[in-house]
Amino acid sequence: MRLSPKSRMKTSTTFFRCRPSMSFINYSSREINCKIVYYGPGLCGKTTNLQFIYTKTNPDLKGKMISLATETERTLFFDFLPLALGQIRGFKTRFHLYTVPGQVFYDASRKLILKGVDGVVFVADSQIERMEANLESLDNLKLNLAEQGYDLDKTPYIMQYNKRDLPNAAPLDEMRRLLNPSDVPDFEACATGGTGVFETLKAVARGVLSDLKQMSK
Amino acid sequence: MNDTQLVMYDEDYRKVLAIIQKLVRDANAKGIFVVDRNGQLIGEAGEMRGIDTTSLASLTAGCIAATGGLAKIVGEEEFPIHFHQGHRDNLHITLVAKRIILVVIFDERSSLGLVRLRVKKAGTELGKVFEHIQKRSEQANAEGDGDAPFSEITDEDIDNLFSM
Ligand SMILES: Nc1nc2c(ncn2[C@@H]2O[C@H](COP(=O)(O)OP(=O)(O)OP(=O)(O)O)[C@@H](O)[C@H]2O)c(=O)[nH]1
Ligand SMILES: [Mg+2]
Repeated sequence: MRLSPKSRMKTSTTFFRCRPSMSFINYSSREINCKIVYYGPGLCGKTTNLQFIYTKTNPDLKGKMISLATETERTLFFDFLPLALGQIRGFKTRFHLYTVPGQVFYDASRKLILKGVDGVVFVADSQIERMEANLESLDNLKLNLAEQGYDLDKTPYIMQYNKRDLPNAAPLDEMRRLLNPSDVPDFEACATGGTGVFETLKAVARGVLSDLKQMSK
Repeated sequence: MNDTQLVMYDEDYRKVLAIIQKLVRDANAKGIFVVDRNGQLIGEAGEMRGIDTTSLASLTAGCIAATGGLAKIVGEEEFPIHFHQGHRDNLHITLVAKRIILVVIFDERSSLGLVRLRVKKAGTELGKVFEHIQKRSEQANAEGDGDAPFSEITDEDIDNLFSM
């Protein structure tokens, strides 16, 4: 990595990126931290995405998964999973994955979790009868981001069509047309079986890191 | 929310560490953690090494975020001081300079009164350090003097990350 003469003199620096972003670059421990939020309507499979990532990740690379949930396993505040993916130019890259509670009445909590977000995964429920809920949740995401001065179109953002295994899944074209008019990277998934889960994660991580690269230009 | 990108230098970090190391002694605390409002650990001191600091930082930030939301509902700007009493250990949490969270863990070797007293002083000092960082960062941002450590990440670097 080329460093400007000025930054070469620094022995250690910590960045708190608070653009809309908290990706946090720590020169003393040589770490980058990025916050990724899984958003989407109730029961669409956000928590299941994180659980799958948790079970399939090498123990050395992951921390504890925290789930603040109700007795019926609905997310109450958030799920949290810290991942240490590896090194990039000598920096350990850590991704902090969060899910929001999807149920409509938890809106206040969703707003809090979006603070400092670096990248968003929207998990859509493919079941035809959930299309209304998907649209509502997507609007809610845009609104809540805008309230904090963030613009979804300028935030690294991935669309996941989950529950493709179900017989009542809407046709892919239809979902694309309704939920992804701006044509961001999108993936079909079955979070329970794991299809598409890592592809989604990689895509959002790639988006966040490219964004970081753009911002430092 | 304060939206400036803060840049913290080694000298700042050492100042933070000195303040919390002194606070550990003055307050007879078991452990002290300084956490960014967004859930990143900035520094720690005391005898509680080895605990899961990543979880601690993210839950502390969640807790402050939730009570901050509550405060707005009842018409307060913020609840800057929190105290959680346990059977053995207690948690004292304060918000410093609106974006930094100071967590003090203490047991029967100390008392709430003592912790409160010492935290007040240390909090003021920490506040000064972070206000200084804030001002300097705002200036640097205004002058377009940001650092560019990641401008040279290549697609290949990103791909390599996922060879897991
Ligand atoms: N068939 C099928 N079921 C799924 C899939 N993904 C998740 N589920 C199921 O859907 C239910 C809800 O999943 P969760 O991951 O808890 O949903 P959530 O989005 O976290 O829901 P909230 O926490 O309420 O917002 C669970 O019973 C999952 O097993 C999928 O791809 N296919
Ligand atoms: Mg959930």
